[in-house]
Amino acid sequence: MAPAAPFSYPHRHLLGIKGLSAEVIDELLQRSEGYVEQNRQLDKKQSTLRGRTQINLFFESSTRTRTSFELAGKRLGADVINMSVEGSAIKKGETLIDTAMTLNAMHPDVLVVRHPESGAVNLLAQKVDCAVINAGDGSHEHPTQALLDALTIRRRKGRLAGLVVAICGDVRHSRVARSNIHLLNVMGARTRVVAPPTLLPPAIERLGVSVFHDMHEGLAGADIVMMLRLQTERMHRAYFPSLREYFRYWGLDRDKLAAAKPDALVMHPGPMNRGVEIDTDLADDIDRSVIRKQVEMGVAVRMACLEVLAGRFDNAPGGAAK
Amino acid sequence: MNAAPGQRTLWRNARLLDAASDRDEAGDLLVEDGRIADIGPNLFPENPPESTEVLDCAGHCLAPGLVDMRAFLGEPGFEHRETLASGSAAAASGGITTIAARPDTEPVIDDIALVEFVKRLAQATAQVRVHPMAAITKGLEGSEMTEFGLLAEAGAVAFCDGENAVADALVMSRVLTYATNWDLLIVQLPAEPRLAGSGCMNSGEVATRLGLPGIPAAAEVIMLERDLRLVEATGGRYHATCLSTAAAIEAMRQAKARGLAVSCSVAPHHFALNENAVGEYRTFAKTWPPLRREEDRLAVVAGIADGTVDAIVSDHAPQDQESKRQPFTQAASGISGLETLLPLALELHLGGGVPLERVLAALTSGPAGLLGLEAGRLTPGAMADLVLFDLEKPWRIDENQLKAKCKNTPFDGRPVQGLVLRTAVGGRTVYQANTDQA
Repeated sequence: MAPAAPFSYPHRHLLGIKGLSAEVIDELLQRSEGYVEQNRQLDKKQSTLRGRTQINLFFESSTRTRTSFELAGKRLGADVINMSVEGSAIKKGETLIDTAMTLNAMHPDVLVVRHPESGAVNLLAQKVDCAVINAGDGSHEHPTQALLDALTIRRRKGRLAGLVVAICGDVRHSRVARSNIHLLNVMGARTRVVAPPTLLPPAIERLGVSVFHDMHEGLAGADIVMMLRLQTERMHRAYFPSLREYFRYWGLDRDKLAAAKPDALVMHPGPMNRGVEIDTDLADDIDRSVIRKQVEMGVAVRMACLEVLAGRFDNAPGGAAK
Repeated sequence: MNAAPGQRTLWRNARLLDAASDRDEAGDLLVEDGRIADIGPNLFPENPPESTEVLDCAGHCLAPGLVDMRAFLGEPGFEHRETLASGSAAAASGGITTIAARPDTEPVIDDIALVEFVKRLAQATAQVRVHPMAAITKGLEGSEMTEFGLLAEAGAVAFCDGENAVADALVMSRVLTYATNWDLLIVQLPAEPRLAGSGCMNSGEVATRLGLPGIPAAAEVIMLERDLRLVEATGGRYHATCLSTAAAIEAMRQAKARGLAVSCSVAPHHFALNENAVGEYRTFAKTWPPLRREEDRLAVVAGIADGTVDAIVSDHAPQDQESKRQPFTQAASGISGLETLLPLALELHLGGGVPLERVLAALTSGPAGLLGLEAGRLTPGAMADLVLFDLEKPWRIDENQLKAKCKNTPFDGRPVQGLVLRTAVGGRTVYQANTDQA
């Protein structure tokens, strides 16, 4: 199925949600809707990106995001190569920029990059001629996650504007939280963060969220409860005393969820720490939890992103678009 | 702990002293079911009903029972030094009705099961109200914070690493930040451990003459000022305990003037003694933090007088003879302080010109407010935790008369004024002076 109206994505890369307009976000979500339907057909393959090369460059381990991007590229007909840090020259001492220049010399059309350091994807993007999609950089941004979350919400609630969204847990280390805060604010949702004081970064309220420490207060009247994963790999020193205490006060269970609206949706970017940030039986409750739906939306959203970014090259084959 | 239901006791003809309500007047106090039912001048112009027990206070001072924010009560693990039973008996005879117990026991109170253990043991064996404090960091090691939320729910009234300071600035910053979630009180005895080193008394002329390694005053104020900056950044509720130096009192005074929600306490030995008490290696005068210069002592007194100091604590630290009969450097620190808290604090008023209400506030409503306890005030409905004392009565501190298990006091033989006549907890008398005593 072909997208309806022509759409000119006004940027060269997708490095973050920050800086995207409501119109662009809306258009990306609109296009994603079409791919949701296509992905449910028996024949999922298109030729939109035939002849194009997509390299998934992952400096940090990931299963679901990498697979999701790989599927998205293949379903659009692109040639997809996966490079993970284990197999790369980085292990042999090559710098990030040398790696970028080397890959650039092979003329890829899209680089999908994940990196453990904030800002690394932006740096790499400055050095290559192709489009770059940020698949998560440090604690900075994870734009396709925010888009897939938005798509999931919009399909269930019909809108984003005016919804009360509570983002709960390890906000301090979360790129998912930052991307979601930017997106939800641009789209007119009312965003809250709920976390122990140690897991909130300084001045978080300046990003346009209301701040809560108590789950019952933070979830009161919420339409969406977005749980975050505890980023234990990013916790150099203890931010809370024990998982037992964390679950007691900030883990999502039915008692705390009762403060939210009766039809509130529960989301989680995965992978879940069951019994730490979310009660296991709640995570599996198909009436409340849309966690599996988020995974499905992920492929569609990434197809839309690849399409509009690769589409930039239609009139200038082999060369760099502005 | 409360008296039998329906029981009424009239404390008649007392000088009613209550710092919380600014009361200093002659009158009566009626106790019913363990709580204060009424207070005021001449409650019963006629005779009270026959069922009411009447205690004639003979014009002596009737005040809220003292609230002690810092005492080491031995259990669990150091029963040879003190137990909740012996310590609370000593407290009762000193007019203390509420104690926040230090958590640096063996095992350390860093788990909810241990908080519950101390509470149960206190209910079974203690004569006064004992509230456990919990450790700030697991095993007092200064690195991993304890379960503040669960421990507070279990009954920990405050958090403190005993005689250790939380030295790591990042840990302290996280502690103060995390504690804001429940508005918990973080109690720190400020001392920069590297600077304090192996010192055993105040650094200065006396230490030099004795050839003893000193603890500089800077060790205290450096840690305190660091903490005050962290409080400013985090909004935590912070309490510095056992301040001993002029510099620290001044830092606290300025922090309060800046509007920081911080508080502090001092121990009697830091306003009643100076480093000269060490004399010829008297280990009973070895304390942590150490006794300081006379200028420091005077600054502590001034801090109490102007309200910079929020609470006076006993800093009860019982040590057995064997731990004290050691070379000065190796001897244990501490003073058995429960029974001398009131008379030494009263010296501030009787000899030092500090208003009586200031002294009493620092012994009652001040610490009770910091700990969030319903105690330390004489108001209808409040628990009838009371101390009746003779403000005029001169007596001598006698170590042999102490009820605490350990008699390590440098105040033996000191003439003081102000004798506890009766102590009641929940309306029930837990201590009564021998009429022929002293």
